[in-house]
Amino acid sequence: MKIAVCAKQIPDPATPYELDPEHHWIVRPDDQILDDTDRYGVEIGLQLAEASEGSVTLFSMSPAGNLQGIRQALAMGADKAVIVSDPALKGSDALVTAKVLARAIQQEGFDLVIAGTESTDGSAGVLPQQLSELLEVPALTFAKAVEHDGDTIRIHRQTPDGYDEVEATLPAVLTVTAGVVEPRYPTFKGIMQAKQKPVEQLTAADLGFDATEVGAAGSAQYVRSVTPVPARQAGEIVEDDGEAYRKILEVLEQAKVV
Amino acid sequence: MKVWVFSEEHHGRPAASTLELLAKAREYGEATVFHVGPGGDAVFDELGDHGAAEVHHLDPGATLPAAPAAAALADLVGDAKAVLFGMGNLDRDVAGRLSVRMNRPVASNALDVISEDEGQAVVTEILGGTLRVVKAITADDPAIVIVRSKAFTAEPVGGSAPTVVPVAMPDVGHSGAVRVLERHEEPSEGPDLEAAEIVVSGGRGLGDAERFTIVNELAELLGGAVGATRAVVDAGWVPYSLQVGQTGKTVKPKVYLAAGISGAMQHVVGMKDSSIIIAINKDPEAPIFGIADLGVVGDVHQVLPKLIEALREREG
Ligand SMILES: Cc1cc2nc3c(=O)[nH]c(=O)nc-3n(C[C@H](O)[C@H](O)[C@H](O)COP(=O)(O)OP(=O)(O)OC[C@H]3O[C@@H](n4cnc5c(N)ncnc54)[C@H](O)[C@@H]3O)c2cc1C
Ligand SMILES: Nc1ncnc2c1ncn2[C@@H]1O[C@H](COP(=O)(O)O)[C@@H](O)[C@H]1O
Repeated sequence: MKIAVCAKQIPDPATPYELDPEHHWIVRPDDQILDDTDRYGVEIGLQLAEASEGSVTLFSMSPAGNLQGIRQALAMGADKAVIVSDPALKGSDALVTAKVLARAIQQEGFDLVIAGTESTDGSAGVLPQQLSELLEVPALTFAKAVEHDGDTIRIHRQTPDGYDEVEATLPAVLTVTAGVVEPRYPTFKGIMQAKQKPVEQLTAADLGFDATEVGAAGSAQYVRSVTPVPARQAGEIVEDDGEAYRKILEVLEQAKVV
Repeated sequence: MKVWVFSEEHHGRPAASTLELLAKAREYGEATVFHVGPGGDAVFDELGDHGAAEVHHLDPGATLPAAPAAAALADLVGDAKAVLFGMGNLDRDVAGRLSVRMNRPVASNALDVISEDEGQAVVTEILGGTLRVVKAITADDPAIVIVRSKAFTAEPVGGSAPTVVPVAMPDVGHSGAVRVLERHEEPSEGPDLEAAEIVVSGGRGLGDAERFTIVNELAELLGGAVGATRAVVDAGWVPYSLQVGQTGKTVKPKVYLAAGISGAMQHVVGMKDSSIIIAINKDPEAPIFGIADLGVVGDVHQVLPKLIEALREREG
């Protein structure tokens, strides 16, 4: 099985995000990390590849930076990476990003494309579905368990109060929820090998895009204003001395819920 | 101008998000529904009661209908003003595909849609609800918008039964070949999380699945609903239906009690509009204290048993 895994590099969520004052885009440092959400996709991709003597290629669109995010996914065991990186792509919305990734994936060829359900920094939550429509394949979305049997992929699809068993045949797109598997930690050997693995870097033009079709120019939405939301006032903080439950009781009484 | 609402049903009634979207749609234009599901008079009448004049109905049977639904919608909506979706999984599947079919962007996580001289825009909040963003849509209508739960308040307006137009499943070839083999429902107990006046939520700080049950005990005693963080859901302690946050439910109860929850941005967006927030966490630096009306720095397994005992005594 030829597996394409979407892997987004994002600024470390443990650091405060900054917006550039002109366009209000997230400032992307050189040392972006792998979106934690995509570690699940990488893990599922590796498991499916191991079971089918297949391969895993990572696809990512973002400033390449020092590539540490992509190296993280390569160190887990992915075979290679294709990164679309171009100043012209700055300001791309989900639809444009989907178009770019679709073309890169198509150029490489695929049986299965795996993505997360939503990115940690953007959380548009629609890119994989856009990819599936662009690639003209079925989408098995919100999987919390994945099985495969030859050309058939079957998932447990998360529903509001349980799950549906759903299946489709390849080629297809699959999106996985966090918690679907326990992503493996890179081994020392994996980390060393990752340094040698092929990372192909493409520009928008390499994929046949005109500069007006991508980036902010190609995106039909833009941030017009950003204003701080008045912060909720923090209230009283008490240290529990064994009696703090009384405070809680008081608040419940004042709220007339007991 | 037509404003379309993507509609689904849940236990034989329109989904909560559908009715919320209708409240906006009927004020924003001519509310028109695209309904996916078995349908039936009870569902259609309730949609009418909430202001839908016309319901286009697609019954997908045992197909996961994202691709055919998007194809049918693309044919129907023409140059309507907007197509509104909820945050549900099928909503997102259809919105994404519709966006490609119509070559229009999707505006996600919207709290409102507004119409201005320059065109339409959506209002959203980013970075854990700390910044309010106005995003202008420059594409031709319709605007394709995914709206967060509880952005609008559902309210029946006494509308009459709508005109129902059956929609045939379009043949979209391989893209549409997704089969639903079986549905599994986990039984839920207690009051509805999204409607409850009191929500008692637990996080990883509860320790393990067994010790989490103290949250259930307290919720039951207060007549409230149980909520949880994604960390707890991912660990398998409680089902996904209890998850509060960005990728779970949005709640706005009178009282939200957060036990052993750090207060990550993605959790906070789902509960920050609760009237009163009480937090118990042993880490005085936990971000949840930044939004709590009452913060107790302490061990949940010390504080909660005493609270439960005191409540029991009151009840006598
Ligand atoms: C795209 C995306 C979407 C997400 N969506 C959601 C979502 O919808 N909902 C959601 O909740 N999360 C969501 N998350 C995850 C979120 O970022 C956090 O990881 C999660 O909310 C943390 O859960 P927690 O507070 O239970 O765990 P932790 O962050 O581990 O916090 C546990 C807390 O318990 C405290 N504690 C430990 N022991 C005790 C004790 N004995 N007594 C008192 N306190 C104790 C600790 O001090 C700590 O603050 C999402 C993440 C991403 C990337
Ligand atoms: N720039 C990107 N490069 C690679 N994958 C991406 C990119 N943006 C989004 N994705 C994938 O699409 C999923 C959903 O992203 P989004 O629609 O942006 O919330 C993510 O979890 C990733 O798997």
